[in-house]
Amino acid sequence: MEPFAQAHLLWLIPVLPLLGAFINGAFGLKIHRRYGEKPIHVVAILMPALSFVIAAYYFLQMTALAPEQRQMLNHLYDWIRIGDFNLPLAFWFDPLSGAMTLMITFVGTLIHIYSVGYMHKDDSYWRFFAYMNLFMFSMLTLILGDNFVLMFVGWEGVGLCSYLLISFWYRDLKNAGAGMKAFITNRVGDFGFIIGMFALLWALGGGWNASGYALQRPENLTLVFREIKLIAPLLLNEQIFGIAAPTFICLLFFWGATAKSAQIPLYVWLPDAMAGPTPVSALIHAATMVTAGVYMVARLNFLFAMSPVVMTVVAGVGALTALFAATIGLFQTDIKKVLAYSTVSQLGYMFMGVGIGAYWVGIFHLLTHAFFKACLFLGSGSVIHAMHHAYHKSNNHHDDPQDMRNMGGLGQYMPTTKWTYLAACFAIAGFPFMSGFFSKDEILWLNFANANTLIPGQVFWAIGAGAALLTAFYMFRSYFMTFTGKFRGSADTAHHLHESPKSITSVLKTLGVLSIIGGVIGLPKLWHLPNFLEHWLEPVFETAQPYLHWHHYSHGLEWGLMALSVVIAFTGFAIAYTLYKDARSKVPAQFIQKYPALHRVVYNKYYVDEFYQATFIRGTMIFSNLCDWFDRTVVDGLVNLSAFVTHQFSKLNGWHDNKVIDGAVNGLASLTGYCGQALRKVQTGRIQTYLYVLLGGGLVLILIRFVIFS
Amino acid sequence: MNQSTLLTWMIFAPLIGIPFVLAMPKDKTQWVRWLATAITAIPLLLGLYLVMNFDPNNTSMQFEHHFVWIPSFAIEYYVGVDGLSILMVLLTVLIAFIASIASWGITKYVRGYFALFLLLETGMLGTFCALDFFLFYVFWEVMLLPMYFLIGIWGGPRKEYAAIKFFLYTLFGSLLMLLAIIAMYYNSNPATLVDGTPVNHTFNIVKLITENDFAAKAPLLGFEFSKLLFIALFIGFAIKIPMVPFHTWLPDAHVEAPTPISVILAGVLLKMGGYGILRINYGIFPEAAKWAAPGVALFGAISIVYAAFVCLAQKDLKKMIAYSSVSHMGFVLLGIAAFTDQGMTGAVFQMWTHGLISPMLFLIAGVIYDRAHHREIDGFGGLANQMPEYTGLTGLAFMASLGLPALAGFISEFLVFTGAFPVYRVLTIISGLAIIITAAYYLYALQRMFLGKLNEKYAGLSDLTWRERVTLYPLAVLIVVVGIYPMPLLNLINKTLMSIVQVFKG
Repeated sequence: MEPFAQAHLLWLIPVLPLLGAFINGAFGLKIHRRYGEKPIHVVAILMPALSFVIAAYYFLQMTALAPEQRQMLNHLYDWIRIGDFNLPLAFWFDPLSGAMTLMITFVGTLIHIYSVGYMHKDDSYWRFFAYMNLFMFSMLTLILGDNFVLMFVGWEGVGLCSYLLISFWYRDLKNAGAGMKAFITNRVGDFGFIIGMFALLWALGGGWNASGYALQRPENLTLVFREIKLIAPLLLNEQIFGIAAPTFICLLFFWGATAKSAQIPLYVWLPDAMAGPTPVSALIHAATMVTAGVYMVARLNFLFAMSPVVMTVVAGVGALTALFAATIGLFQTDIKKVLAYSTVSQLGYMFMGVGIGAYWVGIFHLLTHAFFKACLFLGSGSVIHAMHHAYHKSNNHHDDPQDMRNMGGLGQYMPTTKWTYLAACFAIAGFPFMSGFFSKDEILWLNFANANTLIPGQVFWAIGAGAALLTAFYMFRSYFMTFTGKFRGSADTAHHLHESPKSITSVLKTLGVLSIIGGVIGLPKLWHLPNFLEHWLEPVFETAQPYLHWHHYSHGLEWGLMALSVVIAFTGFAIAYTLYKDARSKVPAQFIQKYPALHRVVYNKYYVDEFYQATFIRGTMIFSNLCDWFDRTVVDGLVNLSAFVTHQFSKLNGWHDNKVIDGAVNGLASLTGYCGQALRKVQTGRIQTYLYVLLGGGLVLILIRFVIFS
Repeated sequence: MNQSTLLTWMIFAPLIGIPFVLAMPKDKTQWVRWLATAITAIPLLLGLYLVMNFDPNNTSMQFEHHFVWIPSFAIEYYVGVDGLSILMVLLTVLIAFIASIASWGITKYVRGYFALFLLLETGMLGTFCALDFFLFYVFWEVMLLPMYFLIGIWGGPRKEYAAIKFFLYTLFGSLLMLLAIIAMYYNSNPATLVDGTPVNHTFNIVKLITENDFAAKAPLLGFEFSKLLFIALFIGFAIKIPMVPFHTWLPDAHVEAPTPISVILAGVLLKMGGYGILRINYGIFPEAAKWAAPGVALFGAISIVYAAFVCLAQKDLKKMIAYSSVSHMGFVLLGIAAFTDQGMTGAVFQMWTHGLISPMLFLIAGVIYDRAHHREIDGFGGLANQMPEYTGLTGLAFMASLGLPALAGFISEFLVFTGAFPVYRVLTIISGLAIIITAAYYLYALQRMFLGKLNEKYAGLSDLTWRERVTLYPLAVLIVVVGIYPMPLLNLINKTLMSIVQVFKG
């Protein structure tokens, strides 16, 4: 094995937040009561910030290395070692995990800072920060783990934290229910993930040898990414259930990704997850956790690239999700719901990127999305915070502070929030030179040009371009409904509206700037500009390259498509401007009146939740009740029946004894009676007597051993 | 030969303590409790000493104590431990100690209770250490009797029914075992006792494993000898595990048993089934084991999935936990049926991790029962705010039981799946469904009990007491530590299990 640069402090990156979670989790309540909020958030912010510093240190070290040597290992100890199977507890820092770690710790720290203002005066302030730190630990473990199992630790860990944070305000059962839904849906995906893991192990091992009890290639029993990378071509010759091994395995892993990264068919939990506090939505349900599936596909590029079927499925599901979720976003009125569906949709784009084998561009969109979507979510949080506060002050307890129909004109009260939100809207809509423009356009172009999927890439391009139009429309719709026109609440409420505190606005400004300029890391080749990110990630995706093929179209076509993207973005903006600017247009209301059925179906998310409820969930509950009934009446019934039969049989025996035998042996009967009298004394019901008899028996046995047999 | 009386002292220390407990003045219940706990600390310390001095690279029996007991029937007193039993011994002494502290809440006939409790511990330890089949059977029965009284006297409303059901069901299994033991004895090869006396037949388990090949014996009642005996013994042990469909005694026993007895029952007693199958069935009848393996795996998978579904429908917290035990013990069967290094290790390790997690779950059920006097999951609500510490620990235990990675239960289930997948692909995938259902029933219970609005009826409930903390925290810490750093324990069992697996690979 080639020597790796050692990074002895790498483990601190995930463990520091874990420490923070432990401190606040175990002692937070007491600290909060005695010293107030300050020590809690100081600890909670310091830990991810330190992680960021360490990550930056190693990242800089790595830039100094030659591209093919950019790998750092921190092996702690052997976690599980049985037979030929060795699973190390080790962290792995390469260009991909490095970039992800930097983004996560950076955005994570920012959102922790934001939360200080947002969660101010919450009863469970300490609990919130403990969970957030625990999340950082899980997410960083997911990214830095050098093998599948460690990744799975993070994978499930982020699911747990997501559950804890969605149901953070658990006194409302609705929130608790949303948390449960998220966890269980994620478990449905995890089922695919673990089975994929076992299938991979089995296929690497090459199946059974002649004896039937040992693998042909036991030395290949490994779950370490970089080791699998070397032996992955072996899988091309293996089959599982008659399906090519890479296809079977990657489909299972992707099944896991559809749950974690909210793709069709397992996206349903994400919109409900908005029940959690808004910083959670920004950190977990936009910037980091939900991108884990994309990261996994990129990490496993050497497996996914082997199967055109899987590539088609990944890109296809991504494209469909991008479009499908965008249509739902059109009519939502809850500002966070709009952003939630937009996240689902944008994740679809990322899968379009990694699906077709353009791994770096999927990661590129992941990074830019982290900035602009976090900015959007935190902006919406700032709005909700202000609305909530104003309603509270004006004694309005019935209106929903998240409903955009209650907002309007907020721009004049909260200018920073407005401008940063607008900047992020431009980015996500793909306006020229904004971060989202570069990443989204590159995804669309590479989809157009790919020759790796079984369906022509132009189809994916068309779906993606359609979704881009919808995205531009519904994002600006949300902006105009929220920030322009006149405030639609009472004057009393309006009186109490004001900009959020500095901890919130400073974070918004930072992310707003990044939303605009973040694209510089991946400038298009078409413009003859350096593409830093693609070069940086190149060594990670090297192994996949032999499997990948691209059409070579003219620059003119590329320019043309790029121009079309720009047109699409402006069109979306223009429609939203006409229909929603200052709430002047009557068209939206008329549309709903004219097509009530269409609006109802889309507004209710095509009733997919209701469908799942009626089929899978109801089915499971019915089956479980059936099992319970079967257990009580049939299985246990048989046990009780056999007891009953034995009982009756002994009664019959007793009767036989009485009438038939007893008559003949009357003399014996009196003896029996006497014995019975004597024995009844034994049946005292006093536990001590039983015990002494028991002990006596034991003593007799010992005596027998020594006296009689010795 | 190297003799050591250490094991004997450990096994009989609780028994020796019984007269002292009984001799305590009747009205000094607090003294009795302290004394009983102190007595259970002795095997705990001895057990830890044994583990530290155990040589994991040696696959033969260690710390043997061996002398002739009843020479006319070739019965010996023979105890010893290998990697498999030392792990079970460690679990037993630990759980018994914790259960003795949990028993401080018992107020009825305290002396009698602890006397039976200590007798039970001797029975359990003896069963795991006995290497003479007759002795094994004696300990097996010694364990049964106090359990019957402990449920029947200190149990809940339907204690008589539950106790008799437990007793008769297990007795039925014991009867099969006894017949098998006698049949085996009369078909065994001549051997010599430890004092050099030659005998025609032997009860010595080590000799039965190494010096006898029952596969070649003449058929019995028209059945192949080794297969018939395998099935008889297997049913006896399967009842104990318990395996679906022989499991219905368990929910009743658990629901009626007092908390510490549930702890012992789930933590240790169920493991005797798995231990027995590995030691006796697999050791003595390897060919029959190979023959039966697909069936064992099938029943394991059925137990895992079926019991998980039944859990989802339960309304009584303790009953749900009881069924979850059935589900989790199914992993043991699936793992041992695979004959792979990982499957076998995972199965034995699952017994250990389940031995940590299920006692914690039953202690948790006990905490709420002591306060609210019922266990209806739907009858609570919003307890998280009222009892935050309790909620946190419950969350940890539930997460451990649903196999959250980096906690103890995950390691063993992961190993079982890894080991079983190559051999039983479809069954493993079906069993994998349990990870969804398990999450569903635990989270559903968590939600109904702890989240939502506080049920005003329970606004006065207090959080954990110090005694409860003393029982819960050690288990919680172990669950976390074993999940992160399982190697010391895996190393204990590794070589022994490899040698068992080797027989099947050969």
